[in-house]
Amino acid sequence: MIQPSHPRRRTEAWTGARDSLPMLLGAAPFGLIFGTLAGPSGLSPAATLAMSLCVFAGSSQFIALTLLASGTGLAVILLTTFVVNLRHALYSATLLPHVAGLRQRWRIPLAFWLTDETFAVVQLRYHRADASPLKHWYYLGSCLAMYGNWFMWTLAGVMLGRSVPRLEHMGLEFAMAATFTGIVVPMLRNRPMLGAALGAAAVALAAHALPYKLGLMLAALAGVVIGVVLEETP
Amino acid sequence: MSGRELVLVLGMAAVTFLVRYAFFALGERAAFPPLVKRALRYVPAAVLTAIVVPMVLLPDGTHWQLSWRNAWMVGALATGLIAWRFSHLLASIGGGMLVFFIYRWLLG
Repeated sequence: MIQPSHPRRRTEAWTGARDSLPMLLGAAPFGLIFGTLAGPSGLSPAATLAMSLCVFAGSSQFIALTLLASGTGLAVILLTTFVVNLRHALYSATLLPHVAGLRQRWRIPLAFWLTDETFAVVQLRYHRADASPLKHWYYLGSCLAMYGNWFMWTLAGVMLGRSVPRLEHMGLEFAMAATFTGIVVPMLRNRPMLGAALGAAAVALAAHALPYKLGLMLAALAGVVIGVVLEETP
Repeated sequence: MSGRELVLVLGMAAVTFLVRYAFFALGERAAFPPLVKRALRYVPAAVLTAIVVPMVLLPDGTHWQLSWRNAWMVGALATGLIAWRFSHLLASIGGGMLVFFIYRWLLG
């Protein structure tokens, strides 16, 4: 057994947090805007903070605000949350082989904290060739960084309200686009992967007007199917 | 926090957690058929591309901006080129962001 304070665990966790840094920047304006918009949409400060702490899913939190403001009923908001977050099932299916051997006390929090951003860096970590048995510490590090960051920026938005600094006009969101691009491009070294990405891009663009991230879900499924089909055609 | 808000937050938390946890819950009892295993290898490339491409080509979420005046597109192309040439993530992100911010500044 490795002791809890084993330096390699801390190194993995720290590296996970560090690798998430560009996405911490990218998420900042979203957290801030969420905190700012919540009040005017009819959510109390306590409920706003509780949502960032308990739900921890940016897109669905924003959509919930829009629905609340338009007086939508609870059942519809919950159903929408389910649809918007469906992509996370795809992420957890993809990561399952890597976490299957962990105890429930690991799998529960790691599932709770699974976001687009953490999925992006963690799947990369799991595919790196070294056989480290501590990669879940990297996963944990990325989660804690994203979670703390999301809460702090929500809090800043709630406290600053309308007097918010113009963080949303600085283009920090681009950090997220850059990270995802930097992760995807080196994967596209063979025909099926390239086809999967191009197909997903085409469907995502064609379906971008669909509500509730349905376009994203369709695009991901189309990409996956194209990849498998291309794998089987010489 | 009102009772209705409490139900809202807890309900959203439960729904979100269940979606994220459904597969993790299975642990080692889950054995995907080989076809599914192969298909799942394409999830990262497909989903990350599907997130990025609309972000970059429709930066405001509704209008196409297929133009050299679109700093998002130029920045993402720079990121992609560095990533393709050097396969170094931090250099791709740093280089891409540098291009993005300089380009935005130049465009005014």
